Amino acid sequence: MRLEPKPAPTLVETFAYPLGAVVVTFVIASLLVLAAGASPFSVFALVAKGAAGSRFAIMETLTRATPLIFTGLAVAVAFRAKLWNIGAEAQLYAGALITVVLATGALPLPAPILIPILMIAAMAAGALLLLGPALLKTRLGVDEVVTTLLLNFIMLLFVSMLLEGVLKDPMGMGWPRSPKIIADAQLPKLIARTRLHLGFLIAIVSAVVVWIIMKKTTLGYEMRAVGHNAEAARFAGIPVNSVLMKTALLSGGLAALGGFSEVTGLKSNLTLDLSPGFGYTGIVVAMLAMLNPLGVVLSAIFVAGIFVGADAMSRTAGVPSYIADVMVATALLTMVVAIMMTRFRVRWR
Amino acid sequence: MIEAFDILLTASFWVAAIRIASPLIFATMGELICERAGVLNLGIEGIMVAGAFAGWITVYLGGDLWFGLVVAALAGAAFGLLHATLTVPLGLSQHVCGIGITLLATSLSYFTYRLVLPEVTSPPRIEPFQPLPIPGLSEIPVIGPALFNQTPLTYLAFITVALVAWVLYRTPLGLAVRAAGENPSAVEAQGISVTAIRMGSVIVGSALMAIGGAFLTMSAFNSFFFEMINGRGWICIALVVFGSWRPGKALLGAILFAAFDAYQVRLQQLTGGAVPYQLFLMMPFVLSILALVVMARRATYPKALMIPYQKGER
Repeated sequence: MRLEPKPAPTLVETFAYPLGAVVVTFVIASLLVLAAGASPFSVFALVAKGAAGSRFAIMETLTRATPLIFTGLAVAVAFRAKLWNIGAEAQLYAGALITVVLATGALPLPAPILIPILMIAAMAAGALLLLGPALLKTRLGVDEVVTTLLLNFIMLLFVSMLLEGVLKDPMGMGWPRSPKIIADAQLPKLIARTRLHLGFLIAIVSAVVVWIIMKKTTLGYEMRAVGHNAEAARFAGIPVNSVLMKTALLSGGLAALGGFSEVTGLKSNLTLDLSPGFGYTGIVVAMLAMLNPLGVVLSAIFVAGIFVGADAMSRTAGVPSYIADVMVATALLTMVVAIMMTRFRVRWR
Repeated sequence: MIEAFDILLTASFWVAAIRIASPLIFATMGELICERAGVLNLGIEGIMVAGAFAGWITVYLGGDLWFGLVVAALAGAAFGLLHATLTVPLGLSQHVCGIGITLLATSLSYFTYRLVLPEVTSPPRIEPFQPLPIPGLSEIPVIGPALFNQTPLTYLAFITVALVAWVLYRTPLGLAVRAAGENPSAVEAQGISVTAIRMGSVIVGSALMAIGGAFLTMSAFNSFFFEMINGRGWICIALVVFGSWRPGKALLGAILFAAFDAYQVRLQQLTGGAVPYQLFLMMPFVLSILALVVMARRATYPKALMIPYQKGER
């Protein structure tokens, strides 16, 4: 068996293979639903209804998509330059942590000044957190996959330590959670009586900005060149290490905005369950979007819909909501195969 | 201070250290085989979850302990086959596929757990492997209980290391595996299929990872919890680097690491809460990063690690 490069895929191929990946994902999920003794059609109908069947459901899906857009962008940016940042989870918590530290009264400023400061501080925290692994990679050749993964665990324990120590809410009845942030630090709701908040809009703007950086700037060009072939990029005079540093700062900053947005827009305090793995799911979001920043918005909404819909479905249909996690993981694997098939032809002999 | 040092002389400390090392030894050997053949397997974390779950649920549903272990290994091999198919003949990104395998194996295990046990709040228990003292040897002070009064799976872990080392360095098969990771075209020139060697290595390696996971539910503890692997897989990837891709050194690394882990638990009790427990729990992860940094300069990666091989391509 061998792979032969194909000429540029036609428009039909560009969409047919990814669509095929989604179909295969649903077929596999159907088998699991059957194993659970339910009917796939009614279960998927319930998932769709739970994700988009009402105004409330749509708002919930968009709310859930918000942190996924940020982590998806973080991964998309990093993977484009082949900087394997698997630490979006830790960077998200770093952003949330600095937000809570500054927004619980330390900076008594009005909202229009406070919120931008919080955003910048969160981005800086996330960026710095990824700078370490990036430096270890470029200076010492330490694989960033393992260091960023290990940092996820260290960060979560660090947050846990602070939540049971200096950051503990004295009014929290002993629960490990931070005090609430002040009113001026809270993002306004986009639509009254829903949970959808300004963070969603910030996420969309971020996606557009990242798209412009990737497509229209020298840095974006350099990032793609480094990702495509670091040796050739170096030979062409691109400062590879410096590009990787900038990529790390951007990626870490984006993931941290996810933490900022969850705290200021939704939870208004920090707990250990702020993120149910948004950082890891961001990898799936980015891959489903084929690392395209604007595609990240769509794939984040799709993935969020599966999670929100599956939650609603499992309450009525009795199929474990972990089916959503299985579907998302399956979609990731089928998608990488689909992307390959748009570029290569498989020859069996 | 004296007390902190005395811990090191107690038999119970070394018994715990070897017990903690056992799952790491299995999984580290598994990852080592994959990487020696040229394939990074980031599915390790999820495959350990799948092994822990598959072995435990088999026994819970009435299977024999050894049969459960075989089921765990087969579950691991199945995920290994998936990872191998995606990364070897299809040449897809080993990073992305590995993370995908971890997400898939983990979520499938959790899904099945909830399917079989929808209502339980506290996980049911099984009768795990019991310690099997080796007559005579287990009487030696300190070392005896640590090395010769463990469960059969711990002995199996040490046998696995010897077996992996022997196959890798003393058999033609091992030579082919090592060459597949260093210079795949040389393997092809011998008329051996690089694809077959790499896929076989990933499948066998993944089965070992799953046995490592199963050790936790069937020997160290007696039930399955969510999040119970808790980064052990990632630590094993660091241990492979720390051991310079050599079974013996990796074994030493795993034991050192486990000894440190067992030590911090006891130190934690000694300090009596004066130091936040999270700092102790952080230690294994910090230590792994430090190990990577220290070894970075000396590490000699298999040259073809993470480079897909296509026949006839130069």
